Amino acid sequence: MNTVADAAAQALSLVAAADPKLVDIVLLSLRVSLLAVVFGSIIGLPLGAALAVNDFRGKRGVIVILNALLGLPSVVVGLVVYLLLSRAGPLGSWGILFTPAAMVIAQTILITPTLAALSRQVVADGWGEYREQLRSLGETRWGAATTLLWDLKFSLVTIVLAGFGRAASEVGAVMIVGGNIDGVTRVMTTTIALETSKGDLPLALALGIVLLVAIALINVAIVLFRTGGGSLAVETR
Amino acid sequence: MSTEPLAASLIVLRDASVTFGAVAAVRKATMRVRERDFIAIVGANGSGKTSLLRLLHGVVAHTGSRFVPRPSVVQAMVFQRPFLLRLSVLNNVRIALWLADRHVSASGREARAIQALERVGLGALRHRQARSLSGGEQQRLALARGWAVRPDILFLDEPTASLDPSAKKDVESLLAGFAAEGMTLVMSTHNLGQAKRLARRVVFMDEGRIDVDLPTADFFAAGTPGRAGLFLKGELSWSLDG
Repeated sequence: MNTVADAAAQALSLVAAADPKLVDIVLLSLRVSLLAVVFGSIIGLPLGAALAVNDFRGKRGVIVILNALLGLPSVVVGLVVYLLLSRAGPLGSWGILFTPAAMVIAQTILITPTLAALSRQVVADGWGEYREQLRSLGETRWGAATTLLWDLKFSLVTIVLAGFGRAASEVGAVMIVGGNIDGVTRVMTTTIALETSKGDLPLALALGIVLLVAIALINVAIVLFRTGGGSLAVETR
Repeated sequence: MSTEPLAASLIVLRDASVTFGAVAAVRKATMRVRERDFIAIVGANGSGKTSLLRLLHGVVAHTGSRFVPRPSVVQAMVFQRPFLLRLSVLNNVRIALWLADRHVSASGREARAIQALERVGLGALRHRQARSLSGGEQQRLALARGWAVRPDILFLDEPTASLDPSAKKDVESLLAGFAAEGMTLVMSTHNLGQAKRLARRVVFMDEGRIDVDLPTADFFAAGTPGRAGLFLKGELSWSLDG
């Protein structure tokens, strides 16, 4: 009990003192996860919207596969990206294995299905309700998808947040493709796993606190964003 | 009808039908919408008014023939429950213009949107959230959006169904103005008084069929034939279910 209390006290002092090692790890984690969310959103949201508003043969099968990928194990993603980027792999010439770039790729692959599947559902609901109106306005499918994405931006931001949560809390893929190299690819989750196994609880706990605070702050930002725009409009509807 | 030149028509239906599963919403409809028409589609609930409107507009799947002699004809529709984006009043119109015609510049869209909002008396509210408007204001915004794309033909689905008398009067005045400017209008309505006040032609729908298609004065004259006559006398239920 005392060990836990001591570790927590030391963790808080590390956070309060903005320990440089801690700060580096946090910044790298945020950089990797935010880049993955950006790339995942660029791919996943339009893909989800396009799936929602287009009818084609095999659509149901694609949706089933996409939904199944929601449970994609991160270690499997890590392994696949590792094989692709390893020296003998098809993308080995890029030379980015064990770099943050490889971690961004792995996290992007991991969260893109989440972003696509959830946005498809949200846009499909909107499309069901407003398709005739959008058709009446002379939409192209691309125009309709863009309009719905814009209109549903507050719901989509929540989806993006879920994607960020998955990326930031993921450990298996980044461990495999990043290698957890001190000062190069060591992020919050891999550090927590390593330091816990070594018995260095203060740093692990400090990173855990920062991770929770970072996600809480992003949630607060989202709430403020929604209050400033969409939810107000919806409430006064 | 077969001898009438197609060029005078904006939309031609020939034996066009719309079905939803086992339900035949429109059965073998044959009619023309001509330039400067103001058509009121009337009938009981479930008679197929809205489906006929959507068929004319081309937003529902159908069998039979729906022909638009001039493909360049611009159409717009105002729905009973307008779809308003979670955006400002002005941006709702701008997005509609962007969807309708990508060739108009951003400044051109802005100018047309403001013009349309002023046309319906919403110029001062253009920065308000569209969904915070009253029902009457939302319907006027929907009209502005329809009018802004400069349609040759504007379809209206029960445009005043849920409005109070004052808002209803505002919308009717706008529609009369659009018609006076030469716009072709096709409107479904429950309100026979409104049909009589505004329309030049009345189409009576009964169980998915076009039962009567007459100039307004003839439709409301004594001796209107068949079930339309019963409908006018109030001897036919407003609802097919009732």
